[in-house]
Amino acid sequence: MARGKSARQVFLAGIVEENPILVLMIGLCPLLAVSSNANDALGMGLAASFVLVASNLLVSLLRKLIPASVRIPIFIVIVATFVTLVDLLMHAYQPELYKNLGVFVPLIVVNCIILGRAEGFAYHNGVPRSVLDGLGMGLGFTIAITILGAMREILGNGTVTLLNTELVNLGAGYPPALVFIMPPGGFLAIGFLMALKQKFWKRGQGR
Amino acid sequence: MITNEMSVFMILVSSLLVNNILLIRFLALCSFFGLSTKVETSLSMGLAVIFVMVNASAVTWLLHRFLLAPLHLEYLRTIAFILVIAALVQFEEMYIRKNFKELYTALGIYLPLITTNCAVLGVAILNIDYRLGFIKSIVYTLGVSLGYTLAIVLFASVRDRVFLAPVPRAFQGYPIAFITASLMSLAFMGFAHLFGL
Repeated sequence: MARGKSARQVFLAGIVEENPILVLMIGLCPLLAVSSNANDALGMGLAASFVLVASNLLVSLLRKLIPASVRIPIFIVIVATFVTLVDLLMHAYQPELYKNLGVFVPLIVVNCIILGRAEGFAYHNGVPRSVLDGLGMGLGFTIAITILGAMREILGNGTVTLLNTELVNLGAGYPPALVFIMPPGGFLAIGFLMALKQKFWKRGQGR
Repeated sequence: MITNEMSVFMILVSSLLVNNILLIRFLALCSFFGLSTKVETSLSMGLAVIFVMVNASAVTWLLHRFLLAPLHLEYLRTIAFILVIAALVQFEEMYIRKNFKELYTALGIYLPLITTNCAVLGVAILNIDYRLGFIKSIVYTLGVSLGYTLAIVLFASVRDRVFLAPVPRAFQGYPIAFITASLMSLAFMGFAHLFGL
C-alpha cells in the first residue's frame, strides 16, 4: 500500500491525511497532559519526533535481521533506548522542561504512534522512506500538539510562549479562563478542535 | 502529590478520586476512548487493567529495589520495566485466551495493547518517583486501577445515552466524546482538596 507512494507523499501523509492526532486518534495521553502551554507542548513534540525518526531509522536498517515472531519486543527495546537517551539529555540540558513534562518523558516509550510506525511502516520499507515517514509523522504530531498548547495557553493564561520567549501577551485587560489550563480544558479544547476539523473535512470531501 | 508519609486511606482516596488517572492525570486515554462504547467491555477492560497493573507494580518495584538500585542501573529503568510488563501481559493474554474464550473475543485487540497502556508503565514509574514502600505502592496501584475502572465504566454509561441524543453533525463521534470527558473531568475536579489533598 505504502510502496506505491512517492517520497513526497510519504512525508506529507503524516502531516495531513494520516495525521496521527487529528485523523488516527492515537498518542492522546501526552497530547492532553502536556499541552497546557505551547512551550512544553513543543518540547514534547520535538522529543517524540526525535525518538520516532531514530527508531524508524534503526528498525528499517535492521528489518532483514529481525525475526517476525519476536519483532515487537525488539521494537520496544529500540524505542526504549532512544527514550532513555532523550530522558538523560533533557534532564541535563533542559531541566525546567524535564520537570514540567515529568513522567511523560519515559512514557514516550509507550506512545502508540512510535510503535505503530515501527510495525506498520519501518519494518516493511527502506531506510530513506522510513526516515521521511518518521519526519512527517513527527511533524504532524508536533504541529497538532503545539497548536493545542498555544490555544489552551492563550485562553487560559493570556499568553503564548515558544522556545522560552513570550510571543503574545494579552495583558491585564484579558481575564483568563483558567479552566483551559486545567485538565477539563484539555478535553474541551481537543473536542472543539476535532469538531472544527470534522466540519471542514466534510466540506472538502463534498467537492 | 503522593508521599510515603501519607496513610493508606489517603493514598487510596487521592489515587482513586482526587488524582483520577484518566480524567485528571491523562494516562491511558487511548483505551478510554477506544473501548468505552459498551459498558460490559469497559468493565472487563477495567478488571484486566486492575489485574495487570497490580502484578506489574509489584514485579517492577521488586526489580527496582533488589536489582537496579543495588547495581546503580537506575537509568535502565524504562527499558527494564517495559520488558517486564510486556512479558506479563503476554502471559495474561495466553491465560485468558485459554480459559475465558468469551472475554478474549470481547477484549479483542485491546488486551495486547495493555502493554502500551501508558498507565501501567506510568504507575510503575510513579511508584519509584514518589519513593513509596512496597505495601503503599500496591495500595496506590490498586487505587489508580480502581479509579480507571470507575471512570471508564461511568464514561461508557454516559456515552450510551449520548448515542441516542441528537448531536450536531460536526460534533458526532469523537468530538462529543471529548466534551463529555471534559464535563466528567470538571466533576472530578470537585474532589480537589478533599481531606486537604
